[in-house]
Amino acid sequence: MNLYTIMGEALRALRLNLLRTGLTMLGMIIGVAAVVLMLSIGQGAQSKINESITSMGSNLFIVLPGATSSGGLSFGSGSVRTLTVGDSEAIADLLAVKATAPVISGTAQLNFGANNWSTIITGTTPDYFSVGGWSMDSGSFFSASDLRSATRVAVLGKITATNLFGDVEPTGKIIRITNRPFIVVGVLAAKGQSLSGRDQDDNVFIPLTTSERQITGNQFPGSIRYMTVQGESAEVMDEAEAEIIQLLRQRHRIRDGAENDFTVRNLTAIAEVATGAAKIMSIMLGAIASVSLLVGGIGIMNIMLVSVTERTREIGIRMAIGANRQAILAQFLLEALMICILGGLAGVILGISGAWMVSQLADMMIIITFGMVALAFAFASAIGIFFGYYPARKAALLKPVEALRYE
Amino acid sequence: MYPVKSDTSTKPLIHVENLCKNYSLGSSTGDPINSQVLFDVCLDINPGEFVAIMGHSGSGKSTLMNILGCLDTPTSGHYWLAERDVASLSSDELARIRNRYIGFVFQGFNLLKRMTALDNVATPLLYAGLNRSRSRKLALEQLRRTGLENFALHQPNQLSGGQQQRVAISRALVNQPQLILADEPTGNLDSQTSSEIMALFDQLNREQGITIVLVTHENEIAAYANRLIRLKDGHVIHDESQTPESISATI
Repeated sequence: MNLYTIMGEALRALRLNLLRTGLTMLGMIIGVAAVVLMLSIGQGAQSKINESITSMGSNLFIVLPGATSSGGLSFGSGSVRTLTVGDSEAIADLLAVKATAPVISGTAQLNFGANNWSTIITGTTPDYFSVGGWSMDSGSFFSASDLRSATRVAVLGKITATNLFGDVEPTGKIIRITNRPFIVVGVLAAKGQSLSGRDQDDNVFIPLTTSERQITGNQFPGSIRYMTVQGESAEVMDEAEAEIIQLLRQRHRIRDGAENDFTVRNLTAIAEVATGAAKIMSIMLGAIASVSLLVGGIGIMNIMLVSVTERTREIGIRMAIGANRQAILAQFLLEALMICILGGLAGVILGISGAWMVSQLADMMIIITFGMVALAFAFASAIGIFFGYYPARKAALLKPVEALRYE
Repeated sequence: MYPVKSDTSTKPLIHVENLCKNYSLGSSTGDPINSQVLFDVCLDINPGEFVAIMGHSGSGKSTLMNILGCLDTPTSGHYWLAERDVASLSSDELARIRNRYIGFVFQGFNLLKRMTALDNVATPLLYAGLNRSRSRKLALEQLRRTGLENFALHQPNQLSGGQQQRVAISRALVNQPQLILADEPTGNLDSQTSSEIMALFDQLNREQGITIVLVTHENEIAAYANRLIRLKDGHVIHDESQTPESISATI
């Protein structure tokens, strides 16, 4: 009896007990659907995090002023203004550093005609554009000469531009920032949320000098709130971090053994932690879903064992008319495999539509790859063979005369 | 000791020597209970014979049939089927023999439920390695010879007992076996249908030369055979050829 014929026999047997077949299959359907759904959610979350990380720019450090304490009361990072524009320029000259962007910031009210919008105002240097990995939606970033002459030019984040201008093209228009007129020279392309969840597009950028003198003011002239430093490459990040620390200690005249009055944060390392966490999450989701597949497999074994017992007489008849052990084994194994393959197919369809629904309803990023579908499917078939083998073997090893006598 | 055959040059189809069968059953005390069902059975059956095996229930006739049909194995003794020692054959070879050389007919018909008569008859051909369409074609031809072509697409539960037994006989015949083993084939049938079925066996034996071994406890049924073997408590107590005259003498 060839495989094709046995498959026909197996399908016929499954059709004869549709309800039971369906219920057994349900275990497989749910298992496979859960695996596909969970993997796609995990992958989506992972790639969402990766997207946020690349949107921050690559190989970045944030250098923050140190904490201060007075009479045992600690004021936290950034509570003293120990970092200066001079520090930033000195760090930019280090070999392992590509560029730096010092930042002073505050909030400000923006007006254009009748529209107004309150947002974060960032005073910085033109290098901020390349360090942050930005691109322009229209116009250009302000220039080095704007920085030198402290001109009133502003670059808008996408969200700020939309809220202030609506459909009007902002480049070349005059806006007022805390009642001082600024000319808009460009609008940045949207980047989305940062890892911390802050919207990076709700922002307005002006030259550091302009901000310090006219908008945010500065208690200690020349001091900055923080700076972003871009390393030369991913390989020299550790080296760059050591150089920055050494340089700043030297510039701030910190004695050996005394604590730093600044903090250097490696954003790449933070990003790695976040990616790692997302990966673990997606593995965990997959593992939980696999348990339901396993339970489905045990269900199949259960049903197949019942089926072998119920059909003992049929097995005896088949042996009497010439079925050998392989034919009986193949028939029952194929029945289990069919349940898995058909259930797997339905599960994949259910999983994909479930993932699609999640992406629509919960606005989550969902990624379905051929690989994960194939994995779920292969896993389901393996379970079918694994759990179908024992009952099938039991059937094949029955003695013909005993099987025939079975009532 | 053996019955004298008219043609001694023929090699026996079935040759059984000192066949014993024990069953050991577990008991509540843990000691297995041994019960012997067949004692030193010796038997030769030549091609073309029509043999009836008679005996009361428990006489071992069904056990003997199962061993002859390669469904069961003897505890001791030898069984040659067509000059092959059955004890030396693997389970696959036994399956092949059951498929090609033996046709079974049971008291309870033993058709596969929820399968059409046609598919029931085609199944042995499938196990013989034929494809589905060829098997169905041959099965239909067999049903036609047995006069059942109009019922080919009926399922067993839509057929009468006699029709079901005819389907079972068609299934037994479809691989053109040399030997048909029938275990009380008329036990579930009324006398009218019984004689029709027996007429069919008689015709197969006479026209196609198929060897038939039949188990029964009815004298009327045994009368169709040309040799009668009686079993009692696992022993052969009577084995001789019979003619219509000798039968009427017995009855």
